[in-house]
Amino acid sequence: MSEPAFIALNDVYLRYPAHQDEEGTLAVAGLNMRVEKGEFVAVVGPSGCGKSTLMKLATGLNFPTEGSVHIDGAPVTGPVSIAGMAFQNPVMLPWRRTTENVLLPLEIVAPHRQRMRTHKAEYRERAETLLASVGLAGAGDQYPWQLSGGMQQRASLCRALIHQPELLMLDEPFAALDAFTREELWCVIRDLHAQRGFTTVLVTHDLHEAVFLADRIFVMSARPGRILVERVVDVARPRELDVLYEPAFVEIVQELRGHIAAARG
Amino acid sequence: MARFDWVKAAPWICVIALVVLWEAAVHAFGIAYYILPPPSGIAFAFVEFGHALWTNSLQTLWTTLLGFAIAVVFGLALGLFVGWNRAIYAGLYPLMVGFNSIPKVAVVPILVLWFGTGWVPAVLTAFLISFFPIVVNVATGLATIEPEMEDVLRALGAKKIDIMTKVGIPRSLPYFFGSLKVAITLAFIGSVLSETVAANKGLGHMMLTAQANFEVPLVFACLVALAIEGISMYAVMAWLEMRMTGWAHRSGFAH
Repeated sequence: MSEPAFIALNDVYLRYPAHQDEEGTLAVAGLNMRVEKGEFVAVVGPSGCGKSTLMKLATGLNFPTEGSVHIDGAPVTGPVSIAGMAFQNPVMLPWRRTTENVLLPLEIVAPHRQRMRTHKAEYRERAETLLASVGLAGAGDQYPWQLSGGMQQRASLCRALIHQPELLMLDEPFAALDAFTREELWCVIRDLHAQRGFTTVLVTHDLHEAVFLADRIFVMSARPGRILVERVVDVARPRELDVLYEPAFVEIVQELRGHIAAARG
Repeated sequence: MARFDWVKAAPWICVIALVVLWEAAVHAFGIAYYILPPPSGIAFAFVEFGHALWTNSLQTLWTTLLGFAIAVVFGLALGLFVGWNRAIYAGLYPLMVGFNSIPKVAVVPILVLWFGTGWVPAVLTAFLISFFPIVVNVATGLATIEPEMEDVLRALGAKKIDIMTKVGIPRSLPYFFGSLKVAITLAFIGSVLSETVAANKGLGHMMLTAQANFEVPLVFACLVALAIEGISMYAVMAWLEMRMTGWAHRSGFAH
């Protein structure tokens, strides 16, 4: 490989410390994965296969017991700060208005953290623009619990992107939404990725979602997780929702389904 | 003409109904005043001993509030400390539960031994009995931060102190203000308890004296004064809770 990958997991083992049982859980074993800069990858696999562990490894929240994790060429020694995260649960702070929720990461990350107080108006405008780009124009003054589930998830995406991260980590962000809202949000993510070009890792159970959004899909084994199959999605971009019903698309979904069925044993 | 608001009127109707039933029962069954005085007799006692009831109520009020204030400061500090870290929580929790299980009436004699009779044991009893719910509630609020939220912030390089000030402390405020309602009631019980055992002032002391003098209507008047004081303090705390953490009572916004 000529150029180092943006995310590189090299033969990673991670054992969670034991609580009651003596062993501790081996979450991932022999995990190898490379993601190029600007690429959109999806990770699919049976339940409890260590997909969330993968998220934590790639953001520096957890460290491998064995093996190594490199982000942007440097070994991960602590939280990476260049990542934005969104989860199935939008976890908005109910006492803050939506705009203030979106601005939360800037209160943590340098250099915004120091500039926040003096440049409040500029940052608010940035948040409003971002909210408008996901279809939440004018919703910034509402409290998150006044928004629908889909709107909260949009706001959660804005929060993940406000500090212009180079890496976006999505952990089943659309799993709790109805089918129509989910498809709308796929398009939102697709467009944001096309515009901004951040590297994205999407963890999902939804194979259509994975194939629609990703450039490459990793299929993980049952726990302890490792990569079983790597599948390049050779569907041309830009992709419209119609593509879901094209034979080539359906074929990839079927193929992945077969791999997961095999992984479940 | 607006329709009659039964919900607003209900508390007053219940109070009036209780007073009427009580008065009627005392007369109907010919109950002696030294067993159960009628409300009218208690009202007379209020008029007759009005001044003494007032000064003793004030005494009980300020001992309660002082003990409560100490409990709030101490409870908040200990709650933050305990909620900071799982090990501290695990270490101190059994101790606190053990301490809380001791009936405070058993502690009053020790306080009297150390500080003599008077207002000091009353304040300390109010404090000791009421800090526990504050500690537990604040610690619970901190301990129940969503793990996803913690991940979001930690991945950005947030320190523990950031997570506490941005998420933990605001999150625990509804728990804190909720616990104040419980704590003020307990503080009140504590100060009155101490006054009945070892004091020369306060409603608790007055009740004991009235009982010794066989002034049964005055004993009941003291009880009524206690109830009024208790309700007032509870109401203030409930108002404060709504005022400070409206976001946690979401349905309230609909009204």
